[in-house]
Amino acid sequence: MGKTITEKIFEAHQRDVPSAHNVVLDIDVVMCHEITTPIAVNDLKARGMDRVFDPAKIKVVIDHVTPSKDTKTAIQAKILRDWARRNHINDFFDIGANGICHALFPEKGFIRPGYTVIMGDSHTCTHGAFGAFAAGVGTTDLEVGILKGVCSFRLPETMKITIAGKLGKGVYAKDVILRVIKELTVNGATDKVMEFRGPVVDGMSMESRMTVCNMAIEAGATCGVCLPDRVTAEYLWPFIQDQYQDVEAAVADFRKWHSDADAGYAAEKTFDVTGLAPQVTYGYKPDEVKDITDMAGARIDQVYMGSCTNGRIEDLRVAAEILKGRKIADHVRAILSPATPKVYSQALDEGLIRIFMEAGFCVTNPTCGACLGMSNGVLAPGEVCASTTNRNFNGRMGKGGMVHLMSPLAAAAAAVKGCITDPREML
Amino acid sequence: MKRPQPNKPNKPNKLNKLNKLNKLNKPNEPNKPYEVVMKTFGGPVLFLDRSNINTDEIIPAKYLTENTKEDLKPFILEDLKLPGFDPAVNTRGAGVIVTRANFGCGSSREHAVWVFEVNNINVVIAESFARIFRQNMFNCGMLAIELPKKDIDALFAVGPEVTVSIDMDKETLIARGTKEFTCKFTLNSFDKDLVLAGGWLAYADKKY
Ligand code: SF4
Repeated sequence: MGKTITEKIFEAHQRDVPSAHNVVLDIDVVMCHEITTPIAVNDLKARGMDRVFDPAKIKVVIDHVTPSKDTKTAIQAKILRDWARRNHINDFFDIGANGICHALFPEKGFIRPGYTVIMGDSHTCTHGAFGAFAAGVGTTDLEVGILKGVCSFRLPETMKITIAGKLGKGVYAKDVILRVIKELTVNGATDKVMEFRGPVVDGMSMESRMTVCNMAIEAGATCGVCLPDRVTAEYLWPFIQDQYQDVEAAVADFRKWHSDADAGYAAEKTFDVTGLAPQVTYGYKPDEVKDITDMAGARIDQVYMGSCTNGRIEDLRVAAEILKGRKIADHVRAILSPATPKVYSQALDEGLIRIFMEAGFCVTNPTCGACLGMSNGVLAPGEVCASTTNRNFNGRMGKGGMVHLMSPLAAAAAAVKGCITDPREML
Repeated sequence: MKRPQPNKPNKPNKLNKLNKLNKLNKPNEPNKPYEVVMKTFGGPVLFLDRSNINTDEIIPAKYLTENTKEDLKPFILEDLKLPGFDPAVNTRGAGVIVTRANFGCGSSREHAVWVFEVNNINVVIAESFARIFRQNMFNCGMLAIELPKKDIDALFAVGPEVTVSIDMDKETLIARGTKEFTCKFTLNSFDKDLVLAGGWLAYADKKY
């Protein structure tokens, strides 16, 4: 029987087989941010193990709360900063150069097809969009990753998710993944890899594939993955041009990671997205999803545009289509956090930032911001936010607040109307 | 939501002493011997009768700025809304959590495991776990035990005041309340090795 992409990556990185169900993999990239890494750093220090396995394979960013908001977050940033300097980690991104980890690191070309990637962050699954095995881990896994460059995993099974049909106008990657999660439920893919296939995925940009893979964890998956192809090669070209004669050669080489035609899958599901309406969550779990038409008219207080799910340039472009020449509703406050400095400056060049500002948005620096309610954009009890983020858990954006997840287009439409609305009517 | 008995059979957790070393500005102590302690497992049960309890509910994001495990202690399950559940009262004295499916989903924060650890809850028994939470438990040398729904139902039925004891070698647990219930559980051999080693760091440091 053939192998899936994940099985091929596992085989290429296998360091140890400690039991019939577990493998220990060599890790190509260990990514770190200031929320989950400082405790690992302090712990390693206390044990006299303040070292890193390979400074070139560790990528570090301060992104969740930046600039620091108080003494505690300033200390977290300082611990990370001092540690990165002490251990000669060159790929360290601080204020001025920092952005959301899962948007910034791909942009820097750190993730390649066939790589193994870990980070102390559940949305690490985003990087599977490049044909990598990328998994969120806890702090102890991170510590061992930093120290030894290895991580243990149970042998994952793969769920093949085929996205067939054709997306209609005003319907995007976010709507596709919300629809998938609705069907699978929040633990429908636990311990599994979600391999996204089919013509709709093939036709997606890297940004859209990242949006899809980003939310694989919301169905419990270990990782989301797309097969690396021409789109991947073109995105990575500035970083790989020394290794390949041309894009064609890279595409051919990437094919070695593709799942074999006779690979075995734990489950196969096909979603025909022709005629799919924009999707929105209504409860406190990301699988509580409805067609937006069923939620139309629900009043909102805040709009948040950003995060590792939908804070990239194509998201801003889409939202600007609706915001151009319009104003947000009187009772609404709206926040845009571009995901990275590159996204920010590109949006400036394209005139998008002006469109957002003239519509009445507050534009913040690149950061996780309101997504996890730790720094800015926190909701008051009883308030409601239309958000392009990935989690609607109770209290996520502030105690007693309610978050409705949706696409950037739908969030822009909600900002203008002051309530949830079908964005297709405004295009 | 029943309050567990305050008398706790567990010995104080020696790892907590080690955690205190994590305090900020503590000078680095090079070559400090690596301390390995296997935890003790069992005790009064805290029942959490809901599926999909996420790590934001176990420890809200606003406490992720704490830089030691001990500092997390008072905030255990702070955002969990269950009828009649008061985290400050109901978690006191508990040594074991019994809950439903997909426990620990959401954010990867290991703080969700540490907040149990510093409250001396070293065992969570559920129908199923989110992958990262389950791995974090074993990585910390703690027990995440998966049982079929019928056994979980039986555990809930032993209540309300229940104490669980665990035999790691025989992979058996006994719940004593108004009734008694015994069942087998299985641990993946690697997960068991992690628990015996006192966690993944200790295991990996020796082996890799
Ligand atoms: S944007 Fe939100 S989900 Fe993404 S890494 Fe930041 S806090 Fe996590």
